[in-house]
Amino acid sequence: MTGSPARTLLLWCPDWPVLAAEIVDGVPATGPVAVLHANRVVACSERARAEGVRRGLRKREAQGRCPQLTVVEYDPGRDARAFEPVVAAVEELVAGVEVVRPGACAVAARGPSRYLGGEEAAAERIIEHVAQSCLVESQVGIADGVFAAGLAARGGRVVAPGGTPEFLAGLPVEALGRSALADLLRRLGVRTLGDFAALPAGDVLARFGFDGALAHRLAAGRDHRPLAVRQPPADLTVTAEHDEPIDRVDAAAFVARALAEQLHERLAGHGLACTRLGIEAVTEHGQELHRVWRHDGLLTAGAIADRVRWQLDGWLSGSNGRTGARPARPTSGIIRLRLIPDGVIAQAGLQAGLWGETGEERERAHRALNRVQGILGPEAVVTAVLGGGRSPADQVRLVPWGDERLPARPGPPADAGAGPAAGRGGIPPWPGRLPAPAPAVVLPSPLAATVHDAAGEAVVISARLAVSAPPARLVVGTGQPAEIVGWAGPWPVDERWWAPVEARRRARFQVSLADGAALLLAVEAGQWLVEAIYD
Amino acid sequence: MAGRMVVGSAALADLVRPASAPDPVGGHRVLPVAPELTGLLPNRGLRRGSTIAVAAGQPRRSGGTSLMLALLAEASRAGSWCAVVGVPTFGAGAAAELGIALDRLALVPDPGPEWATVVAALIDGVDVVVTTVPAAVSASVATRLAARARQRGSVLVPYGRWDGADVTLQVVRGVWEGLGQGRGRLRRREVTVSARGRGAAARPKEIKVWLPGDELTRVIPRSVPSTVRRPAASLALVGRG
Repeated sequence: MTGSPARTLLLWCPDWPVLAAEIVDGVPATGPVAVLHANRVVACSERARAEGVRRGLRKREAQGRCPQLTVVEYDPGRDARAFEPVVAAVEELVAGVEVVRPGACAVAARGPSRYLGGEEAAAERIIEHVAQSCLVESQVGIADGVFAAGLAARGGRVVAPGGTPEFLAGLPVEALGRSALADLLRRLGVRTLGDFAALPAGDVLARFGFDGALAHRLAAGRDHRPLAVRQPPADLTVTAEHDEPIDRVDAAAFVARALAEQLHERLAGHGLACTRLGIEAVTEHGQELHRVWRHDGLLTAGAIADRVRWQLDGWLSGSNGRTGARPARPTSGIIRLRLIPDGVIAQAGLQAGLWGETGEERERAHRALNRVQGILGPEAVVTAVLGGGRSPADQVRLVPWGDERLPARPGPPADAGAGPAAGRGGIPPWPGRLPAPAPAVVLPSPLAATVHDAAGEAVVISARLAVSAPPARLVVGTGQPAEIVGWAGPWPVDERWWAPVEARRRARFQVSLADGAALLLAVEAGQWLVEAIYD
Repeated sequence: MAGRMVVGSAALADLVRPASAPDPVGGHRVLPVAPELTGLLPNRGLRRGSTIAVAAGQPRRSGGTSLMLALLAEASRAGSWCAVVGVPTFGAGAAAELGIALDRLALVPDPGPEWATVVAALIDGVDVVVTTVPAAVSASVATRLAARARQRGSVLVPYGRWDGADVTLQVVRGVWEGLGQGRGRLRRREVTVSARGRGAAARPKEIKVWLPGDELTRVIPRSVPSTVRRPAASLALVGRG
């Protein structure tokens, strides 16, 4: 409480919500623009102000004064997002920035003013740098304390050291930013901050409460609150540069292992762990390969090294991988390898099972499956996730082992595999879904079949779902005809008719054959298909 | 003294058991199976290290896959890790309905020419390994895989022809219920499963189960009236005489 408040430099961008709307949404701030919150104007552009639009006006009133007014809804997230580059630009010049609110940020003035040669020079330099790097106009005010600096920034003033009380004394009480208090003070005959500061502090506390007492301190220029400096996010990326290009997978894997250890150490040093990892490799000729790997558990150093190896294996040798999309072979060796941790979360430590065994078995199984992935490629080991859908094939999504288990379509909860009871509750309605039991054999691509009636004629389903005759014999592909002893259907499914490319109209049948087999058949565009077998 | 002997033997009766009964102490060596299938297996479960084959059966398949899934279900639910190799047509919906935990089930749909290496790697870390048997598997490879499973304590479930399995389960017959002429839907299937094997499982067994059943798979009681009523009838005869 002793001594004068810290010298503070405050950078203020006038009409920030309007500027943010221009930066993010592309609303031109040179035209008449007003940002509204709860039907009241919270900010407006220069043109709009010239037309008589003011803060606090209703929408109708503002539009009455300025008929061509562009109205933008207030979005604090947009304001904060757009302000981030400005803060970053200020941080390039000075350390320890506090974001007072989107559109205003404060720094301690002592360091930059000595470093950049005086307070005015520092202010000019910062304004220029922000204007050049973000194309944003701003003003700087320097005074003792954040509150006074904020008011000084409105006029772009540098208040001399120790002159803050005099500077504040001439300002109206509305400058406190407390409209109810300002209204009351005005009615009591207190019109300026100087008048307010002259009141005895004890009486102000008794009459106006704690907030009033705080406002009184601010008005008197005794703003002792230190800056709440933001911590810039730590840079967790690790990079390995090589003068000699790497063109062999084992050499790259060796580098990757060391790099993974380094990343792991850095993450652990910050108490973090990552769930997504970007691996970026750059060749001598400037080709880049970037891939993001997801991981449901936490990526250990070994797991990171594995993923780097898989990715580079597919790229460098051009042989691995059973999936189609494969990048072309690079024309030169890799000179830079970079690991970018993406989904970073605070690590709470590895939770072992209650008796230690669950974790151990899980480890063992993961090791074995990772090894198989090493043999066959990452996409060769998959795990099934049940989701929503109408056909048995739609309901299942196969995700590579280790990736996040997300269903393709919203369906039953993720733990539906835990038991038959879990699979039945909480399923979104998929009308036309097949009833349980589900077929045990789902053919990845349906087999063509023909179905005949007792007279040997092909069974036809009309557009109105009329069956021409009861099906009696089934021929799958070019096989032997089998007798149909029971059948049910047609169960129509008309999916995605609004998207002509994906539209699918089918009628499904269940049939049981004389030899005990049961099949799921579908008719699509007159063609019979075997979709699944109830094996 | 004699009284004490009697009390002692009565107390021992709980502790002593016939050698053929399952071993409760080594219970963790046996993974559980659904109660209706326990009768088919020599240890009333999947003994770790054993090879339990599921024969693919007739050309038109009827029940083999469901039997394989039913065999896994209880172990998977109890927390075991399972892997299925070489089944690209795996019906995950049916597996979940039978109670298999899909997040502990890994699928290798297409192992390719590396089949033996993949299966061996899985045996090292996964409790139950189900695998289809490629046509050209030499006897020595099969023996080595079975030996590896025995050593690592995994259960190897070959799905197809496999000589030298401890038990071979086979679906003899499957009959679906619930489907009429143009109406109804598939509801449940009566499956006759036979078990042949070596050692303790040498005597062929055959049971009938609902697979899949309406709610849960159940053993179909065999000729209920004759087995239950006969003791009552003989008692009545004794009373009259």
